[in-house]
Amino acid sequence: MEGVVDLNIYQMISAYIFVLILLVIVRLRGIPREKEIIISSFRMTIQLILAGYVLDYIFKSSSPILTLIIIMIMEVFAIYNTFKRVKYPLTKELKKIISVSMFSGTLVSLFYFLLVVIGMKPWYDPRYFIPISGMIVGNSMTGISLGTKNLIEGMNSKKDLVETALMMGATPKMASKDIVNNAFDASILPTINSMVGMGIVSLPGMMTGQILSGISPLIAVRYQIAIMLGIMGSVSLTVIIFLQLGYKTFFTKDSQLNI
Amino acid sequence: MFTLENVKYKDVLQIQNLKIHSGKVTVIVGESGSGKSTLLRLLNRMVNPTEGEIFYNGKNIREINPVNLRRKVVMLPQNPIMFPGTIKDNLLIGFKFSEKPLVDDNKLSEAMKIVKLDKKLDDKVDKLSGGEKQRVALCRTMLLEPEVFLLDEPSSALDEGTEDIIIKNIIDYVVENKKTLVMVTHSIKIAEEYGENILEIGNGKVIRNEMR
Repeated sequence: MEGVVDLNIYQMISAYIFVLILLVIVRLRGIPREKEIIISSFRMTIQLILAGYVLDYIFKSSSPILTLIIIMIMEVFAIYNTFKRVKYPLTKELKKIISVSMFSGTLVSLFYFLLVVIGMKPWYDPRYFIPISGMIVGNSMTGISLGTKNLIEGMNSKKDLVETALMMGATPKMASKDIVNNAFDASILPTINSMVGMGIVSLPGMMTGQILSGISPLIAVRYQIAIMLGIMGSVSLTVIIFLQLGYKTFFTKDSQLNI
Repeated sequence: MFTLENVKYKDVLQIQNLKIHSGKVTVIVGESGSGKSTLLRLLNRMVNPTEGEIFYNGKNIREINPVNLRRKVVMLPQNPIMFPGTIKDNLLIGFKFSEKPLVDDNKLSEAMKIVKLDKKLDDKVDKLSGGEKQRVALCRTMLLEPEVFLLDEPSSALDEGTEDIIIKNIIDYVVENKKTLVMVTHSIKIAEEYGENILEIGNGKVIRNEMR
């Protein structure tokens, strides 16, 4: 089969049979989930239709300013989402550091990826820029959320170790080295794990999409490999910037513990 | 060595004037919660006084880099905290923190004898009893050979017999090496026997300051 099969409205409607099946199952089993299933299916449909129109508009207009606005919205959304995901109260300083790390870590990796790895011209071509920045920002958001959670948990649970180290003349950096390393490890682990299973356990979304739209799997895998490496780079860069700045907020200027 | 002038720390401690003398054994006694540990924490700048000034060898400690100060004035907290790993890891970690050259196993074993710790260097610390952990922590502090030792109840987890021997060994070591020791203890007996200067703290104030 060549090209893309365009789904017509009847074909689309026929896909909703899966929602009906689920509704029947939960009703028969007496699981009170009907409302959520209907709302989530409805929301998914509306959100994606809107996203389709928005993307269509952006792709057609292909404007650098519009592309920059989109990436800014993504960044701000990802930063707020990180604040929300971490279930501990965040200090103003830590919030500032999360924002700075997200912006710098993801943008450096994104532009390197687009300009050096893909060599995209013009640099703002939304067809590449938007999906790739979505993947990079999204994964970095997961990474930095885990990093923040683990840094706060580590500092609180190992407070006595940190203080004992300080009492022996350790700098705050030495005293929190293990906590920072553990937080970094926990943040990059999901990315590393997903790379291990890729191609065997799962076919990643981007690759599947490209294959469905008629691109040769051999080209699709090249993109997928490159994007996975880009994601790994961005997650590590974002998290390491965050941790290098973040641990300092747990200490006063006199190298005393500040929790 | 240390001079405290009108030092206040929150509502916990209030000291008008106090001198801690170089090369002496100062023992601090007092009820629990009276501010003894806070005094030690002020001396190695784990906390800053809310009011007043502390001088170390004539210099205001606010003007001394806190990390450098703590490498000269090492504090051992009341609860012995172990870092994951072996006894040897724990004994050497202080050298890494204070950026001093590491010592060999013989030196470590000698120091273990001072605190009567009859264990192997490769033993894991999570298998040790409370008293053994306390001795590892004490040994770790002693190996750093600082100018001043601040020991917060270094023998609280030991039985009386062991306590006597270990405290005596520490005092001998300190006197022999001309170090300064400031030690908080619950034991009046230890204070009377070894204290060259006994400080009693009650309700955040020095209620007895006796030079002997």
